[in-house]
Order: sequence, then structure tokens, then C-alpha cells
Amino acid sequence: MCRIGAIKSKNYTHPSKALQLMQSQQKGHDNSGFAMVMQDLGGIFEGYKHLPTLSMACTDEGLNLAENILHEAGFRRVLQWVPDTFPNDDLDINAMPNYVFETFSYPKSYKHATEEEKEELLLDMRLKMRAALEPNEQGFVYSFWPDVVTLKEIGDPRDIGTFFNLWQEDENFTAKVITAQCRQNTNYDIVRYAAHPFFLQGYTGLANGENTFYQKNKEIQSKLHRGYIGFESDSQCFLYTLHYIHRQLKWPLQYFKHVITPLPFDELQSRDDADQLRSIRQSLSHLEINGPNTIIGVLPDNTLFTCCDAKKLRPVVIGRTEDTIAIASEVCGINEILPDRQWSTDIYPNEREIVVINDELEVARWKQ
Amino acid sequence: METVKIQDITPNDLPWKLRYDASRCTLCGSCVAACSFRAIEPKIERRRMVFSEGDLPDPRARFSAVPVIQQVNSLKNYCRGCGICEKVCPNDAIAPVRNPDTRHPIVTRCSAGDSIKRGGRKNLTGSTRTLDQIRVGRISQMTDPSLDAQRHTFDMLAPFGRILPADELSMTLDSNGKLISNGQTPPVNWIYPVIIGDMSIGALSWRMWEGVAMAVAYLNEECGLPVRMSSGEGGVPMRLLKSRYLKYLILQIASGHFGWNRIVKAMPDMIEDPAGVLIKIGQGAKPGDGGLLQAQKVAEHIMAIRGVPKADLLSPPNHQGLYSIEESVQKMFLSFNAAFKFRVPVAIKVAASATSVSVFNNLVRDPYNIVGGFFLDGIDGGTAAAHEVSLDHTGHPIVSKLRDCYLAAVTQGRQGQIPLWAGGGLGKTGDLAADAFKMMCLGANGVFTGKLILQMAGCVGNDLGRCNACNTGLCPAGITSQIPALAHRLDPEKVAENIVNYFLAMDQELKKLMAPIGNSSLPIGRSDALVSVDKSVADRLQIQYVC
Repeated sequence: MCRIGAIKSKNYTHPSKALQLMQSQQKGHDNSGFAMVMQDLGGIFEGYKHLPTLSMACTDEGLNLAENILHEAGFRRVLQWVPDTFPNDDLDINAMPNYVFETFSYPKSYKHATEEEKEELLLDMRLKMRAALEPNEQGFVYSFWPDVVTLKEIGDPRDIGTFFNLWQEDENFTAKVITAQCRQNTNYDIVRYAAHPFFLQGYTGLANGENTFYQKNKEIQSKLHRGYIGFESDSQCFLYTLHYIHRQLKWPLQYFKHVITPLPFDELQSRDDADQLRSIRQSLSHLEINGPNTIIGVLPDNTLFTCCDAKKLRPVVIGRTEDTIAIASEVCGINEILPDRQWSTDIYPNEREIVVINDELEVARWKQ
Repeated sequence: METVKIQDITPNDLPWKLRYDASRCTLCGSCVAACSFRAIEPKIERRRMVFSEGDLPDPRARFSAVPVIQQVNSLKNYCRGCGICEKVCPNDAIAPVRNPDTRHPIVTRCSAGDSIKRGGRKNLTGSTRTLDQIRVGRISQMTDPSLDAQRHTFDMLAPFGRILPADELSMTLDSNGKLISNGQTPPVNWIYPVIIGDMSIGALSWRMWEGVAMAVAYLNEECGLPVRMSSGEGGVPMRLLKSRYLKYLILQIASGHFGWNRIVKAMPDMIEDPAGVLIKIGQGAKPGDGGLLQAQKVAEHIMAIRGVPKADLLSPPNHQGLYSIEESVQKMFLSFNAAFKFRVPVAIKVAASATSVSVFNNLVRDPYNIVGGFFLDGIDGGTAAAHEVSLDHTGHPIVSKLRDCYLAAVTQGRQGQIPLWAGGGLGKTGDLAADAFKMMCLGANGVFTGKLILQMAGCVGNDLGRCNACNTGLCPAGITSQIPALAHRLDPEKVAENIVNYFLAMDQELKKLMAPIGNSSLPIGRSDALVSVDKSVADRLQIQYVC
């Protein structure tokens, strides 16, 4: 079973907190990897929030390929950050030669472009780089988006932390929202792209559990949007559905829950919005998610949320202090990073709930 | 002694012969009375017995007249092997035996210059059924715990009606961020995923039809299973049309339009909408052949319901007014949608065929969104009457064709927009839950079944040529007969009880299959849950091959 976690704070937070959050849940995962997405960045990226940052792991050749693609399109590099790494033969990590975090300015021709046009461009560029680097595994392009960095690696999370010196807190590499997961999936091959959190156009998704409707989700999603690719893990389907509902259809977040875990027909009948919910259920039945799971998601405005499968077959808990909120599969993770919180206010969401946390750390609990 | 000519018909020429044991027969006459085909009759045989009475051998012969039962040597009243004689015989003195040396296909054609007609089912059987070569092979265990069929709730409903893609729904957000509907969407009814399919009043005895209708009402109102039945092409009793039970009925129209005069006339008095309209273009058991109700079955009440004289009632193989798919969409579907003011979904039923995908593609791409279901009927289905050559030599299996249609939709990202319903021999082995479940995993939204319903009622026919006399009106079980004496053999309440019990059992069994794959709603398109030990089946259906 995967373990997932998320931290959202009023202050910029170092990823060591995410490692601590996950490490104490270590018995529940198999130490096969670590992946995280950081959003609302501080430290060296704080001054570049409006410009896209490329996150990738690659060979030298891969780096060339990717940079050439961006340069040809008119992107110019404005910031490069190469994390110091500390290789050691004793570390259990399957490292790539380069870890690249570079921020770019938009092509001149996009000076007057709308946000939407820029967002489409960024996706196209990422897909192009991914395709170019895919043969011979020249590299893995995780995200290319403003105010977002992604790190994924195969190995023991503790050793991955050591390799990148992530256990050592500093102020250069911080964010207000960090989502993390410690396990390579077991259903499919161990590949870096299969590690959640997954990221697409401002949306982040990670899941603890199983999507038994993977096949039908995949079949419909692959025709819905050019960005819905890969499908290295069944958990990607959660993200793509979130993206489709919230960004493509422009429906509010509560409808995401109605799509993935629709109300049973007899419950639905008695509601005022029965007509709409029935329409949604029938039109998007191939996006329904069955099987046990907990989802954590982040929206482009950095809203953090979590919800569960319709039978509440996977755990999740939310703990909070004045300035920080943490979500984790197990409460021990939260105890680790928020030991002094009022634990009686912890939230254990039920199967029909979405718990939503905004930038002011206000917690809203919506019943489906 | 009678003269026998070489061309005379004898039991040797017929498909069934009698095993009759005169020494066990008490001459009670039950078998003769019960044989609806008049295929047996009493007869006096002259017997010679040699006996000796003295101390020394003194053989003498005595002649006596012995009453016995004999088979009728007739192509009209030949034995169908139904076994009713055996059923009623108190002494096990009589039974039909299959005659492998039958000359029936030849002598029948030679004698009348007419094609052979029969009812029942497909008799051509080949290798193991495809569905029996498939297993549910993805069992949820540690990572995705299976559900508990007894404890968990399951949502087992299937759509009947055209479903729009989400980006075409007429919904907008109000000022509170709530979606509100602001236009019309096609009607969709969510119903039980097994429809009782397409058997007309006319093909069935009125008592059988009543039994089925009672079962459907009971399943809906007492058991909470929203099962629907299709009327078949043959009209509906006026009292039912005007009752609240109409909502459980899918009205069928085929090329003969039988009964629609009355249906249209009843519209102003309807207090409920029907569950749907099903336009039958073709039937899996006899593709390319039309419906056939032979005159002997057109009883007075059938004449009244259908508004016809006593004559052979033929539905032409094609709809006379329609010359293309596009035209059928525009004319027929629009008019039926309009007839019920776009409140009732309209679906199409076609025979599975090499061309099914083209038809499906045409309909799924139609910009008017008015085709609310694609009913695909395969070769193993049954029929009340058809030409034997059609029954035995035309048709297409359902499994791969259903899969083809689903995958055609997937390729276009249109799966689910026209619900797929599959039929044709499903439940042939008696286990409809397993067949339905596998078909759903392959892409069907639901299934329909007819033949199996008859078997629930007590039909004695089978796929090996037993009985199959539904066309004659002489059904020995009273299921497909309009003769009062035969129809009264059937107890409609017992029919209803059997159907209800079967559906309850099947409902349990469906859950027993959904639970282990960890699904609380129907596994439409979950081909990943299926495996096959046959490589060619696995490849053809795009499921996992296992060994």
C-alpha cells in the first residue's frame, strides 16, 4: 500500500518536513522510491513565481535535447539550480546523471498572450521534451510550470534524502505546499513516471490505493485530452479526471467527487440536484473510480484537498496547527511534524466528504 | 397385408422414433391425450402366439388383437421429441429416441415444395462456447480488497437512452457555483442490466405473456429490481397500455408494425410513459429473415390486439420505408422520439453481423443524438418461427461482435454514448449471471434474454433439436400456443414465480462476481478482469491469455 502525505503552510517549508512526514509511515510502504511536488515556491525560486520552471532528471544528452527544444521555441533561461548531491555507494538510490531545475522566460511572441495560451504552450513543450527524451531513457520531464518543482527518484526515501541533502533544512529550497509519496507502484513496472504525485497544468494528484476502473478510465481519458498520456500507474487517472472536471469542463471541485464516486441512484433521486447529478453520472460513467483509495490533490490556486473512495477503504487523517496543515495516510506521520497540535481536532474524513484547505488554511468539509 | 411403397414415410425417416414397451403399457391413454402434435395414436396389432398345453409338445397358434401405442407416420404430425409422453407415462413405457438416420430434411422438402419452418433455437453447435473459455481472472486480494457480496451495497443499473458527452451537456453554473440545467438532454432510464427480451403476445401464449408481465411487475414493486420487458412485435393488451404498469414495458416495433395501430390509439389514455421504444431491424436467430407468425397461431385475441385477419403474419426482412441508416435515423427515430414528446428513449435492435460496426458507427456519430441504445443480437438466440435454412445457416456470434462495437466506440472516445445491449444465447448453459458479467466486462451495458425465460417457464426444447415447434402453435408446455387446452397447461403464477426466483438468484450471483473484482458498480468495459485459456479467444477479444 502506498503512503501519501501533504503539507500546506503559511510559511515556506523545507522538504525535510515531507521526508519526516513520510519516514514515520515507513512500515507501510516498501522503501522503493520517493517523489514530491513543491508548489508556491520560496527560497531561490520566490522571485520567479510567474515564470515556468522545468523539473527533470536526465543524461547529458537529454539535457541538451530538452534545452534545445526550449531555445528553439524561444524560451530563455533565467535561473538554474542544480542541487548538490552526495553520492555514496552505500546509498540505495538509482540516480540519474543530472537533476535539473531551470526557470525560463516566455518566448517574445507570447508577450501579449493570455494565460490560457501560455498554459497550452507549457504543456506542449513538456510533452515535446518528454517525447524527445523517451527513447533510450535520456531523461524524465516531470513538470514545466510556474512556481512548481518536482523531484522523483527510485530507491530508499531515507537515502534519496541523504543523496540530495534534503534532511538538512535550509532556506533556498522551500515551498508552501508540498505533496509526497514513498513508493513505486507495484502493479506495473518501476519507472520514474509511475511515481505519484502526478502533475498537469497546475493540478497535482496522488493516491493511496487502487483504481479498479483503471482500464476504463484509461480508455476514455486517452481520448479526452492530449496531456492524458503515460498511464504508467492507475493513479494517474485520478489526476486526469481532476484536470478534466475542474479545468476543461470548468466545474467546481465538489463535482469531482460526484464524478469519481457518484452517489448510488436511490440516494441521488431524493436530492434537489438529482437531474444534474444523474446527467453527470451517466455522461462520465467511464471516469468513475472504484476500488479502495484516498486521494490528495492540489489545484492551480494551491488549494489542497483530500477525499476517499465510496466505501472508505483507505485511511487518511488531517492534522493542523495555526500555520500548518498536514495530511497523511497515517497519523504517526502528522505526529512527527506537528507534535504539539491539538490532536482532538484531527479530521478523519468519511467516504462522502471532501476536505478542502485554502491559502488562509481555512478547512472546509463538504459532504457530497 | 398393407402395401408399403418405398417412398412412404415411416418412423425411420423422422427425426425421433418411439421407444415403446407394450409389456409395461397399461393403455391408460395419457400419452396420446398429452401429445399436442398428435404424433402417437392407439392401434390394434394382430399378434400370433404359439402355445402347448399337453404333457407332450403340441404347438398351436393363437391370434389375438392387442391394443398398443404407435407413432404416426406423417410429416405433418411427426414426433418432435418433446418427451411429454414420457413425462405423463406412469409406467415408463414410452419415450422418444433421437433418430440419427433421419431423412426428414429431404423428405419434407420433397413432399411439399416449401421450405422447412420451425421455431426454437440454433441447432448448429460447434466447439466450446466462447464465454465458457473466459474466466474472471483478476481477483482483488491484498492491495485492493475485494468487497463482500453480502455486506456491501452494489449499484446495479444500466442506462437505456442516449448519453451525451459531458462537454455537450446543457448545464451552466449559477452564482452559487451550482450546475443548473438549461436545456433538454435525451431521456435516459436506468434499469436492471438484464432485459426480458422481445417475445410478442402471439408468439407466446397469453398465459405465458401474462406470467412474464406479472414477474416483471413483482420484481419492480416487491423486489426493488427495475427489470424491464420488451413487448416484442405484436402489440400490447389495451388494458396494460392504459395501466401504470406500462412503465415497465419497452414497446417494440418491427417491419410489420403489428399492434401499433392500437398503441397509437391508446396514447391519449396512457397514464405512464413506456420504458422505451425498441425498433427491431434484425434478429440474431434468423438474420435477414423477418418475423413469422403462422396462421395457426393467429387466434381471436391475437387478431384483436394486432388488428389483423387470421392469416400468416409476416414481418418483412427489412423496413419497407427505409433505405439507409441515415434515413432510419431521420425518419423512424425522430418520429418515435416525437411520438412520446422526447420523454421516452428509442433504441435499435439489429442482428450481429459482419456489418454491425458500420451500423453502430453511423448511429454513434449521428449529430441528433436520438438513438438511445444499440441492441446486438447474436446467433444463439431463439425465435418462435423461422425458415430452418435461416436458423441453421445464417448468423453471427455475439461475443466478438459486441467487443468490436465497444472497441469501435473506444477508438472514437465515444464509449457509453449509445448504451450497448447484447443478447443471443446468453444464459444458454443456465447461468445468465456469469454470461452477463463477462459481456459487461467486454463492453456491454446490459444484456437481454428471451429463450432462457421460456426455459424458466418450463420449455422442454433444447439446442439439439428437441421440440423446437414454437411455430406450430402446438407447444406442449403451453408457452407458445394459442390453443386454450394447451395454454392452460401453463400456470402463469408459477411462471412468474420461477422468473422472479431466477432473477433473485442471478442478482446474488452478479454480486458474487462483482465483489471479488472489487467493483460496487457494474464492470462495464473491465476487460482487464477477464482471462482466457484460449490464445485465439484472448487475442480476438483483447483480453489476457493465461495458461
